[in-house]
Order: sequence, then C-alpha cells, then structure tokens
Amino acid sequence: MSAKSILEADGKAILNYHLTRAPVIKPTPLPPSKTHNPPPKLASLYFPAGADVKGVLDQAEATYPWLLAPGAKFVAKPDQLIKRRGKSGLLALNKTWPEARAWVEARAGKPQKVETVEGILRHFLVEPFVPHSQDTEYYININSVREGDWILFTHEGGVDVGDVDEKAEKLLIPVDLSEYPSNEEIASTLLKKVPKGVHNVLVDFISRLYAVYVDCQFTYLEINPLVVIPNADQTSAEVHFLDLAAKLDQTAEFECGAKWAIARSAQALGLPVAPSKEGKTHIDAGPPMEFPAPFGRELSPEEAKIAEMDAKTGASLKLTILNPNGRVWTLVAGGGASVVYADAIASAGFADQLANYGEYSGAPTEQQTYDYATTVLNLLSRAPMHPDGKVLFIGGGIANFTNVASTFKGVIRALEQAAPVLKEHNVQIWVRRAGPNYQEGLRNIKAAGQKLGLNMHVYGPDMHVSGIVPLALKGATTDIPEFSA
Amino acid sequence: MNGVSTPNNKGGLSANDNITRFSAPSRPLSPPAAHTLFHPKTRCLVYGLQPRAVQGMLDFDFICQRKTPSVAGIIYTFGGQFVSKMYWGTKETLLPVYQSTEKAMAQHSDVDTIVNFASSRSVYQSTMELMQYPQIKCIAIIAEGVPERRAREILHVAQKKGVTIIGPATVGGIKPGAFKIGNTGGMMDNIVASKLYRPGSVSYVSKSGGMSNELNNIIANTTNGVLEGIAIGGDRYPGTSFIDHILRYQADPDCKIIVLLGEVGGVEEYRVIEAVKSGQVTKPIVAWAIGTVAAMLKTEVQFGHAGSFANSQLETATAKNAHMRAAGFHVPDTFEDMPRTLAKVYNDLVQAGTIKPAAEPPVPKIPMDYAWAQELGLIRKPAAFISTISDDRGQELLYAGMPISAVFEEKIGIGGVMSLLWFRRRLPDYATKFLEMVLMLTADHGPAVSGAMNTIITTRAGKDLISSLVSGLLTIGSRFGGALDGAAEEFTKAYDKGLSPRDFVDTMRRENKLIPGIGHRIKSRNNPDQRVVLVTNYVRDNFPSHELLDYALAVETVTTSKKDNLILNVDGCIAVCFVDLMRNCGAFSPEEAEDYMKMGVLNGLFVLGRSIGLIAHFLDQKRLRTGLYRHPWDDITYLLPSIQQGNAPGAEGRVEVSV
Repeated sequence: MSAKSILEADGKAILNYHLTRAPVIKPTPLPPSKTHNPPPKLASLYFPAGADVKGVLDQAEATYPWLLAPGAKFVAKPDQLIKRRGKSGLLALNKTWPEARAWVEARAGKPQKVETVEGILRHFLVEPFVPHSQDTEYYININSVREGDWILFTHEGGVDVGDVDEKAEKLLIPVDLSEYPSNEEIASTLLKKVPKGVHNVLVDFISRLYAVYVDCQFTYLEINPLVVIPNADQTSAEVHFLDLAAKLDQTAEFECGAKWAIARSAQALGLPVAPSKEGKTHIDAGPPMEFPAPFGRELSPEEAKIAEMDAKTGASLKLTILNPNGRVWTLVAGGGASVVYADAIASAGFADQLANYGEYSGAPTEQQTYDYATTVLNLLSRAPMHPDGKVLFIGGGIANFTNVASTFKGVIRALEQAAPVLKEHNVQIWVRRAGPNYQEGLRNIKAAGQKLGLNMHVYGPDMHVSGIVPLALKGATTDIPEFSA
Repeated sequence: MNGVSTPNNKGGLSANDNITRFSAPSRPLSPPAAHTLFHPKTRCLVYGLQPRAVQGMLDFDFICQRKTPSVAGIIYTFGGQFVSKMYWGTKETLLPVYQSTEKAMAQHSDVDTIVNFASSRSVYQSTMELMQYPQIKCIAIIAEGVPERRAREILHVAQKKGVTIIGPATVGGIKPGAFKIGNTGGMMDNIVASKLYRPGSVSYVSKSGGMSNELNNIIANTTNGVLEGIAIGGDRYPGTSFIDHILRYQADPDCKIIVLLGEVGGVEEYRVIEAVKSGQVTKPIVAWAIGTVAAMLKTEVQFGHAGSFANSQLETATAKNAHMRAAGFHVPDTFEDMPRTLAKVYNDLVQAGTIKPAAEPPVPKIPMDYAWAQELGLIRKPAAFISTISDDRGQELLYAGMPISAVFEEKIGIGGVMSLLWFRRRLPDYATKFLEMVLMLTADHGPAVSGAMNTIITTRAGKDLISSLVSGLLTIGSRFGGALDGAAEEFTKAYDKGLSPRDFVDTMRRENKLIPGIGHRIKSRNNPDQRVVLVTNYVRDNFPSHELLDYALAVETVTTSKKDNLILNVDGCIAVCFVDLMRNCGAFSPEEAEDYMKMGVLNGLFVLGRSIGLIAHFLDQKRLRTGLYRHPWDDITYLLPSIQQGNAPGAEGRVEVSV
C-alpha cells in the first residue's frame, strides 16, 4: 500500500536529520547552514501489552538523560496517529519531568476513547517544552495531488487554526521541479500576511522542508504549530515543529529506505549506540521504517497471524475484523470483489452485522487458503449464536489465473473440519466463484456441502459477482439456476 | 536455431517447418483516427520476459483472426536469449528478443504501443526511456507499487509528449477483435465465454483490473458485447483516468454505451460528471462506484487499492454515486442491479435502432495449453525421466520423502543424508556413523598418491577447482582406491563359498593373485595401522554381526604368519565391514545388499571421502601460489628408436625399443 502514516517521533527525526542535508531544489535566500542540526530530543516511549509501565519509564530516564535535567519543562502526548489531541485532553504542556512522568503513567496501557474510536494508549512522545510567543506560531501543510504538491501556509497556527482550506495561502509546486517557483514567488504567495523581516528565514525553511518532502518521498506533511524564532539579525532562525503529522510513500522504500533509517539511527538521535537487544543487523544504517496501525485498530491475534502470512508469501491475504459478534462473515477472493461484497452486505442493511473484511488472492497455495479459511471459520464459531443463524459468503470474481479448484481444496478442507460447528450455529453458506477450472472447484464444494449436510448454495459465472448477497440477506429471488455439475 | 526456413524436401518434416514467420508491413499504415488507441493492426513490444502473457496475447490475436501477431518483439535488458518461441495457433513462431530498447525501436518502426512488465523498482527508468521514442503512443504499466512521485513524473512527461499511459498497477485493457494488453481477460476459455474475440457496442473503463473481468462477463451477458475496455489501475495517480478514455469512447462512432466502474477515493469521477454537464459527453453512461460500505463502517479500512481511501466526503463512493445519478448517469441502486440497468439501456437503444446486433460469428477454437490440460487431468504422457530420491517441487525439499527441516531437526548428519539419498532409507545410527567414519578415514592419504598428485599438478597448471578435483578423481579405479571393491568381492566370494581362511589364502596363491586389502608398506602386526584399529573396534562394539570382518582377520593371521606386513589394511578392513553392514543391519534384503555392492557403492564412498582431500590439496597449492610444474629431465629415462633414413614419414617401419 502506498501512503502510510508514521509516528510523530519518526517524522520529526527525519525532518531534523534531513533539513540540512536534502538537496534544495533552487538556491534559498540564506546561505546553507555550515553545521547540521544537533540530535533531536525525542523520548519515544512504547508500552507493549503487559509491559511494566514503571520499568519502561525508568529505562527512559537512562536512555534520555535530558529528561532529568533540573528545571526542564516538557510536553507529553500519545504518539498514535490521533488527531486533535489537544481537544481530547491528550496533551500535557509545560510539565516538569515528574509531572510528565505521572501523566504518562496514568494513561499508559489504558483504554482511551477519542471521539468515536476507542483504543489503548501504548505509544507516547515526551519532548522539551518550547516557550514562544503566539506571533511566532505558523501552520504549514504540504500535500500531494496529481498536478503537483500544494503548500498551505498561514501565519496564525496553533490548536485553533480553524479551516485551513479557507484561510491558508496556497502554492502549487508542479511535478516537474524545473518549474519550481522563485524565492520571490514563494514569499509573495505564501507570506503575504507575514512581516517582511522574517521572509528570508521562512522562505529558506519552507524550501528546505519541501526539499525533505521530495527527497524522502512524503505524501503528506502537516506542522501545527510551526514555531520560527528568528535570531537578532534575521539571518537564521530557531525552528521548532511542535506538532507534526506525516505520511510517507511506503512503495518508495527501495528509494528512500536508507534515508528514513539513518535519520532514526541511534547516532542521529543522540542515543548511546548500545549493542541492539536482538543483535539484529538492519539492512540500512538504522531501523526499518514502521508504519503503525491507526489508533484503536490494534491487531487481534488472528489479524496479526494473517498479516504475517501475507508478508511472508507472494500471495495476498488480508483480514480485518469489524465486529467479532457479527452474523455475516466473508471469505472472498480478490481485492475488488471483496469490496463489492462488503458494499452489497452493507447496502442490504447489514453493515453493523458485517463481521470481517478480507480477501485472499494472488494464487495462494492450498495450504494458505486452508489456514486463511480456518482462521475465519474459527472466528465465526466464536461469535455468539443468533436465532436467525449466521451467513457465510464464499465469494469471488472471475479469477485470471488462479486455479479455482485447487484454492477451493483448501476451503473445503476447512469446511470439513468446521462442519459440526457450522451446523450448530445454523450457518447458511453462499458460494459464487468463476475463473480457470471453476467447474471442478464448484462441483467439489457442492459435493462437500451435501456430504457434510451443510446449508449451501453454489453459483458460477452466470450469477453476478455479488449477486448472492441479496439472495441470502434480503430473500431476493433469481431465475439463475444453482450450479450443477 | 538457424533462423532460416529450410525448404520442405520430399515430405520429410523438420521442426522448422512448423514455424510461421511474419515479415514487416511493406508500406506504412494510414494513421488511425485520433480516438483510436488500439486497432486490428496495432503492433507492440513487450518489455520484460513474460512468456505466458505474450502467449495469451498471441492466442487472442489468433482467435481474432489477426493476420500478424500484435507482439512484434520482446525487450529484455538482462538479455541472453535471441528469440523466443511462441505458439501461433497450433504452429509456432519466433519473436525477437532485444537487449536494448534502441535496437527494438529501430527494427520495428510499426510499433506504437508498449506493454511494460518492468518491476515497480525499474519501471520509472524504463518508461522514461521508452517515451523518448516519438513512435510510441501508448504504454501500459503493469507494475504495482510504483512510488507516487515517480508515477506523477511519468504522467507529467507523458502529457507533454502526448503518450497515453495505462496504469500503473493494472492488468491493462482489451479491444475485442483487435488487441489485448498482457493478461487482460484471463485465460482463453474466459475470453471465449465473454465473447471478447469480436467487437460489441459497449466500452468500459474501470479502476480495478480484477473487476474488469467481471465487467466483461456482465457486458457479454446483457448486451452485444464489449467494444473496448480499459482498467486504469488502482493507484492514486493513474497515468490516464476515466475521462481520458470516456472522451475517446464518445468520439468513437462504434461505441454506443459507456460503462464506468469507479471506486472510493480520488475525484476522477467528477471530471466525467463535468464533461457530461458541459455536453462534451452525450452517450449513455452506466456507472457505479464501489466501496459504498466505507461510510458505514466505524473504523477506517484500507481496501485493496492504494487509491481507495476517501480523504473527504466528496471522495466517498456514496457521494460519487449520488452525484453521477444527479448528472443523468444510469446508476443502479446497488452493484448487483448493474446488469439489469445495463440491459435496459441496451434494449432501449436496440429498440430505437441505434444498436443493430450483428449475426454471431462462429465461436473460435483455441488449442489448449499442454501444461493446463495436464493440471486439469485431461491428458497424460510418459515421463522421460524418473527420480525416486529427491523432490524440489513442493513447499520443502525432500530427501527420500524426508523434509529438509526434519533432516536438521533430527540431526541425522551427513551419514544420514547419504543413507537417504544413496539407499532411500534411514539406516540405524551406528550405520550412519560408520559411513561418516569411512569418509573421515578416506579423506586423504598424503600428496604422493596418484589422485593427489594429479590434482596438485593440475592446480599448478592454473586450472580451476573442478578441473583439478576431477583430474584427481579420474585416477580412482581398479589400482588406485579400487582395493575397496576388490577386497569386498574376494573376501565375500571366499566366505560365501565356505572356504576356510587358509584355503582362501592357498587358492589365491595357486592362482598367482594378490589378495586385495591385505598388505601394507610399513605397518605390521606389531606396528598396527591405527585406522584399522579404530574401525575394528567400532565395528566390534556396534555392529550386530561382523562375520566377514572376523573372517578377514582370520585371513590376516594366515598371511602375517608368512610375512609380518601382510596385515589387513584399511581398505580391506573398510570393505569387509561395509559388507557386514549391508548384510546385517536389517535394512537390506540379501539381494539388495548384493546389488548395491555390484553397482560399486564402495567406490562411491571412496570418491566422496577422497574429494575432501583433493579439494584440500587444490586449496593448499593455491595458497602456496605454486607455479606450473615441470618434471625434471633427469627423472625421466629417454629411450628413443633411431628412425631409418629414407622411408617416408609414417612408413618408418616398426619401432623397436630395446631396454
């Protein structure tokens, strides 16, 4: 998948490292800085399930000795892709370390509801508090569209930035970087409402920021507030990105992986280069980029298992549990078909009963299909019984090259095992699939269904790809006959 | 392959006669209309080695009754091959394979389309290169996972140069009766089932490649068929979008109905809505955006495609469907209703006389591929080779049925592996240990023996490891290393005949034969060979029976009474112990044991063991940087005949050498 959100700590580390290193597209108003930024002070605290919270915090004091500096003030916040943390009371500002520590301790590993989503807080970020005046707060956002990259800028940043789409000054940087705007153009479009005195400093920063955006293949970058405190003669400035949200293009890993890694290496972060715990050798000069799951979407063991299988094979295996107590379960082949099935189930009025979204494709082996199907059927059997029974869709489009009969072998094996439970839970099974050798596949599954005494309906390519959904859920009728050998 | 077609003389068929060759067109084609992307004379190059996809394209061309294949050649920069053999119907044809794009372009000026199968890592560079050739008008990019910045750069350049990009992350597209990109449409039976061998009146554009197959099916079932279909790909920045193709369909007089299958994410559907509103597009559009479920779920779910993620309300499938419906598109209530909606639009147009269904041409036949027929269990053929010891086709490598992971888990050692591969069975631990012991004992015997000598000389001549090793191994035979086989044979024969040790020794002497495995240059009864002691002790301690060893030791008593150094040497000892093992370990029937001995398995043991030593000598000489060896003259006695004068060369008469 391509655009993926990253941790705030990782985003900040990348900016800090590459701001002075990424090649600028055109010369900026200020001379290039002769020194690189010092390592950023980012205490990234992770509390895995069952972790000793105190222990993690004690360890943090050893890893980040600046936390214990006398009189220092800090900002603490969860770092889990949560939007509008300030408004949800998830931002501790201007705290001493003991205060910040207590604040984190009170929340780490605990469930938290943010707007409509509930999740467990596991990842925190503690940074030095930067005192600054309101008039040094800016907002900047870079995002990519087909024609190029938009830079949005307002001189009034902060929590209450409001509707930036309306308020911000905008500048489109075309895809062809030879058409990159001049310093004057940048200043005259984006900095209209900013005092002239800081123009050079800001143009320099924006150009460098954009250079990092391009060089490290970001697809989204928002800094709010961005604090720029110019020095006395305004030839350079102290820049702080207080709050940052970013997405990287995961598919660019082969081009940028090394850059993402080195910025997050122990050395770049100013950490003692301890021999790593697992003694793992990374392929780059730092840890590989991690793309965390959205807040509240912690993977269940089953989802994690499928994700691991997905990563280890050439086939594509996806599973997201939407409602573990749902009545409607899907076992659908193909990325497009799986969405169509979910659509059909939702539009039949069963959105809240839809238990899972998932798909298997890319010619999985019989064993992989079996493992995948068994996982789904296990989850199904754990959901409470329902007076109206449950529905299982074994669906899929017209495969291109997958031998339907051989993937269905894995599904049939899983059905054979689960047959008693399927009957106990009164599960209706609806099958639709086509593609190479589908005749044998459908014949086999139909025979298995009859042998096992399952309530099963089987259709081939005459049936619309998701046509079985209204039949099963809305009692619709069809004149298309069921598949018969 | 000689590349020249030989005339078919006197009915004798050569393999070459079945190969069809196509020449380049004699005159340039008149340019097609602007809206035409593909036509029945479209010629393309396929970038990347994708024989299966190319074969699919050629099969499609064949059933569409194209005169020439749509694929003019293959560009494969990793090179090696000069031509690629493909089927053209039941005959074969050769497609040229080029290592450089430049050469391919120069050879095929009629090519205007590229099907680019390069990987996500290399597709940017190759597409940029391909776009430098003005003859190229269309490039289909199949790769998934092209970085978004690179995809945008490609489409930016393509726009400037007027190149149509299809993809990335797509299966491609199809124009029935004319041209098929790569794997579009699936296998031939599906192409036939969806009537993609002849044009219809409905053109579609879809985001998903997988769902395009479903569209082919729906359109074939409800209308007179597909005129053209493009899958623009699921990435955030497809090279061309819905509107680009819909404008072409609008301009194409053969297209009567447009089908649009959109998706949650992006705003490309709205550009079509604008075009309809402005009157640019007037043909009926049947449309649906998939992913309506997203709005109804509580959590964000990333669906299959990179681009299928709504960043704003406008990008949701529900909003798109509503807007398209409002703009007068034919939008069904659900995707399941789409066939009905399409059928209605079609029937209305037939009634209005806009569409006149043509008579159905006969369904073409395409020969089934051998591999597929075999997978379906329709055909069989005798195999030319049989292997009963190892299998590399499955999840795991198997040695005589034992997975390689079990080989390590159970720590069966090299002896265990030998027992699996040589004898196709597990032998008891003491037996596999014995095999390992033999390998260790025979590993080397100093530089002076003929095998090592040969290896050393060959190494010093600058040859590689394999040549040096083999030159040493080639000396192994009845004289060098062969004592093992001989000893096993003689001792066994005597023992089985029931000859007493003394009778055996006497018989051998009467026949003037040395007893193989008896005798040592320096070792004697009082100064025993430690290797023999090791083997003897091990066998006595571990083997259930060691009759032949006991017999051989009795023979030794006889021979040493004649001369002190006529001991059972290490070769003889190993040989008789090995026979004991084969006969008594319980894993072999007497016939099997006999059979293996006849096959020369003992020599195998020696060759395997000694290879260790020969490689060591090779490495040793290399390490010492020794130079070419030349034997000194004074170590060779030269005795040449003097040739009689006057006779012609070759008729010098008999050469006598008197010593």
